[in-house]
Amino acid sequence: MYKVKVFVTLRESVLDPQGKAVQQSLTNLGYEGVQDVRIGKYMELTIDGNTQDVEKTVKEVCEKLLSNPVIEDYRYEIEESVQQ
Amino acid sequence: MKFAVIVFPGSNCDVDMFHAVKDELGEEVEYVWHDADDLSQFDGILLPGGFSYGDYLRSGAIAHLSKVMSEVKKAAEAGKPILGVCNGFQILLESGLLPGAMLRNKDLKFVCRPTKLRVENNETMFSSAYNKGEEITIPVAHGEGNYYCDEATLKQLQDNQQIVFTYADNFNGSLQSIAGIVNEKGNVLGMMPHPERAVDELLGSADGLKLFQSIVKQWRESHVVNA
Repeated sequence: MYKVKVFVTLRESVLDPQGKAVQQSLTNLGYEGVQDVRIGKYMELTIDGNTQDVEKTVKEVCEKLLSNPVIEDYRYEIEESVQQ
Repeated sequence: MKFAVIVFPGSNCDVDMFHAVKDELGEEVEYVWHDADDLSQFDGILLPGGFSYGDYLRSGAIAHLSKVMSEVKKAAEAGKPILGVCNGFQILLESGLLPGAMLRNKDLKFVCRPTKLRVENNETMFSSAYNKGEEITIPVAHGEGNYYCDEATLKQLQDNQQIVFTYADNFNGSLQSIAGIVNEKGNVLGMMPHPERAVDELLGSADGLKLFQSIVKQWRESHVVNA
């Protein structure tokens, strides 16, 4: 079994109104050093299979559903989980 | 002319769409569930607004993988008119039938009110009953209608006259005030404002009815030739 961590983030060229609002709120809190906030998504997948297949599956699901390539980028980390 | 209103779990403008076609336009219409595998009996496909699958992941992301969407793609290839409104537009974007994507409204607010739209292109099968440059009143109700695409796509939209409607007041931050676009072939229209909610003066505006009438007019003309 593999545990896969998927991070989906807005592309750099895309404005993030949510991130901007959070950054403004942090400024109001007194954290003027926080120059920028970008909000993304974090997903955890548990996948059965061999290493090669898992990587292929992760790429496919990221491209087909988990991210929208028009506005988002994705990256992932694959960890082998120890069988109990 | 026979229309299909596609219903996804979480659609909530399907009844308005059905009413607009049946009672105001006076054409045939049926509800079609998202797992349907045949749309061949329909002449036009309507994707209504709402919150399909609770807007989980991204608006329209899960609905675009529904079984019926491969049939919608076939209908699009066959040149049938396909209209996606609000969440229906988001589903068309996710499916790649239209270019671009939606971001949160620039002020992060869900906006629900009548808006003024400008008819940028009246030479499509969805807008021929309007005048070019005409200002119409159609309500919006969305939190993610901030249209985005890359520069190359925008140039393509402009060069091919694919921008059909723009907002007079760009309240949601859409690129070039875009409210509605068609595909390159011109038979798939996606728009955030709700023409089906503006089909009778009792509703505050009847400006949306002309959109449906344009579709029927084009269909009648092309079918008289074939008859």
